[in-house]
Amino acid sequence: MTPTALEPARGEVVRHVAIAGNPNCGKTTIFNALTGLRQKVGNYPGVTVEKKTGRFFGSHGEAMELLDLPGSYSLQVRSPDEAVARDVLLGRLPGVPRPDVIICVVDASNLERNLYLVAQMLELNIPIVVALNMVDVAEKNGVVIDLMALREKLGVPVIPTVGTKGVGFIELRQAVSRSPLPAPAICAQMPIVLERETMALARQLPVAPEVARGEALLLLTLHDEALDAIAHHDRAIIDATRAAQQRLTASGIDPLSAPVDARYAWIGQVCAAALHKGGAHDDASISDRLDSWLTHRVWGWVAFLGIMALMFFCIFTVAQYPMGWIDSATAGLADFLKDKMPDTDLRGLLTDGVIAGVGGVVIFLPQILVLFFFLGILEDTGYMARAAFIMDRLMSKVGLHGKSFIPMLSSLACAIPGIMATRTIENRKDRLVTILVAPLMSCSARIPVYAIMIAVLLPAASGFQKAGIMLSMYALGFIAAFGMAWVFKKHLFKGDTPMLLLEMPPYRMPSLRGVLQRMWERGLLFLRRAGTVILALSILLWALATYPKPSDPEATPSEAIAHSYAGQMGHAIEPLIKPLGYDWKIGIGLLASFAAREVFVGTMSIVYAVESEDENTEPLRDTMRAEKHADGRPVFTPLVCLGLMVFYVLAMQCISTVAIVRRETNSWRWPLFQIAYMTGLAWLGAFIVYQGGRLLGFQ
Amino acid sequence: MTAEAGDVLSALQIGEKARVLGFELPPEHRQRLLEMGLTVGAEFEVVRFAPMGDPIDIKVRGYHLSLRKKEASGVRVARL
Repeated sequence: MTPTALEPARGEVVRHVAIAGNPNCGKTTIFNALTGLRQKVGNYPGVTVEKKTGRFFGSHGEAMELLDLPGSYSLQVRSPDEAVARDVLLGRLPGVPRPDVIICVVDASNLERNLYLVAQMLELNIPIVVALNMVDVAEKNGVVIDLMALREKLGVPVIPTVGTKGVGFIELRQAVSRSPLPAPAICAQMPIVLERETMALARQLPVAPEVARGEALLLLTLHDEALDAIAHHDRAIIDATRAAQQRLTASGIDPLSAPVDARYAWIGQVCAAALHKGGAHDDASISDRLDSWLTHRVWGWVAFLGIMALMFFCIFTVAQYPMGWIDSATAGLADFLKDKMPDTDLRGLLTDGVIAGVGGVVIFLPQILVLFFFLGILEDTGYMARAAFIMDRLMSKVGLHGKSFIPMLSSLACAIPGIMATRTIENRKDRLVTILVAPLMSCSARIPVYAIMIAVLLPAASGFQKAGIMLSMYALGFIAAFGMAWVFKKHLFKGDTPMLLLEMPPYRMPSLRGVLQRMWERGLLFLRRAGTVILALSILLWALATYPKPSDPEATPSEAIAHSYAGQMGHAIEPLIKPLGYDWKIGIGLLASFAAREVFVGTMSIVYAVESEDENTEPLRDTMRAEKHADGRPVFTPLVCLGLMVFYVLAMQCISTVAIVRRETNSWRWPLFQIAYMTGLAWLGAFIVYQGGRLLGFQ
Repeated sequence: MTAEAGDVLSALQIGEKARVLGFELPPEHRQRLLEMGLTVGAEFEVVRFAPMGDPIDIKVRGYHLSLRKKEASGVRVARL
């Protein structure tokens, strides 16, 4: 931006405001109410991960930009989320201006712990307005807060708010529009020796003088490993920090705990003056009573399994209807184009490439929406933290902790939301392991593949038999995911014991509006991906399966695909897949479904020149069953069918997941590693089924 | 560990109240517990155990925090 002497034009941002707070303090609700911008509201710690900004207007109509910082307990960073919050406040996140004022949201019903972050913020020398949120809950719990005393002790404006009811927003707007906004004058008093070292270090830091003390204090409180990991400072600064830490330790002050103790001591004084407890503990006791059931030794499991079962029942039943509509709509559109357009390559590109490809992915939108509806409710109510609490022991057996359970669970619908949900995992290694194994959980895109293979395997199977085979595939996915997590934790990311510190927020009523907003946001995100990555890949795959064209214009579609690049590639990989009992035609299916596993079914229809390829899978099933090798042996023996299912349980085969892993890990290294290990695992699994089965005398 | 210094958090029963005396934990873990309000001198109550016996849910500074037995065994406490 070029500096200008003129008055700010109407609508130009005059002030950058950041909104910060602990997880579960209602920060996001206040953000939404101020900006009107739709955003996630949740109860599960650390729900806010993306950068969210919105515009709002001060009491004189001046435009302000509001930045929603990820919820964090401390500026001492542990998760990627918390790093974002700290870097913004220190003004060192590229492209994000250091805020002019921070709205620090605190949960009035959990004041003491919430004030810890405030204490740290006060050390940053940025003007602060404290939004004392959920004062209604606090009041109901018998907590009386003396506002005047709190204002005096904190030395900054304190505005009582009820985010969900819109109480206090006018005052909040006024408070942040006030000019000038003085920086806070009070903060926790550090021991003298520590203060001296902090100031000495601050003078060496190449940062703006107003943030130097805050940053120096953060550096001094870092443990050894974290100091080593710092990339944004010179070695000299790190060495100076270490030297200062050693001097402090020698003088009997632990640099890691002394500032924390000092802040809590100060909070103690603030609370002694401003916080009065007593009276009824309404909400808390309701929460406690609910927990005595929901985390009960027996009923806790019953409730947990019941909730999970209900969720998946809805995903696979309620979502069926809209999925059917999407299916008929895409098929109708393709038929319409086939009707109206001459038989050219362009028509093929549109119908077989674009519509079939994108339609095949969009069809999963209803399932993803239902999943997000449930996850949203579980987050908003606070049950997510309980799920992590219940599952932690099991997860710890493979070296992960309870927080990894939610991403794994979400991956049963689709790995993309699952991998996005790993952002709440503080430990980087844990997060990576969770990302690496999440796609092993059987997602809904595998269902069409399982369904056709089960139909080929057992055409006359009863519903129970089908469900049994389907379930064992899901179980295999579970076992593989947990087994690989164990292997990775044991060998790839050794020597790291994750720590679990989980806040269990009180149960709250979910807001339907918030949940629906989140579904909508996530749905859009998914569609955008389908519209870009998947569209591009569908076109590429269509081209591979179409060109070069056979010289004979009368060639059948299956002859054409055999002649195409895809067909040639199928032949090329035949030696690789022969030990699995597959021929080159199945090879085409494997290659074509590399981008999206459900494409397998459609590709096999083309390969075997089956006319109808929609809901009715019988023609394809019968053709596949009748398919013979050159020597007359059937291709789809039971072992091949089972092996193929196992292959699809274990193989990556999803380009959207690759794209999201690339984004979340910020490198190509992990997605490539993931493709390699999962494909290897899939090949091995199918090999064991086929060759092992033959050794045992099966077909 | 220094068992003679008193009890550890993981040895407490449901409903027992105690005060934190100190930590036998790696610095990073100790710091996280401190920041969550489990400072030396802080009083807390053991509320419940997860269905499989671990982690432990405690109430400290008016809110619920759960931690694993492994870390809890490094928190020295005095029963109240």
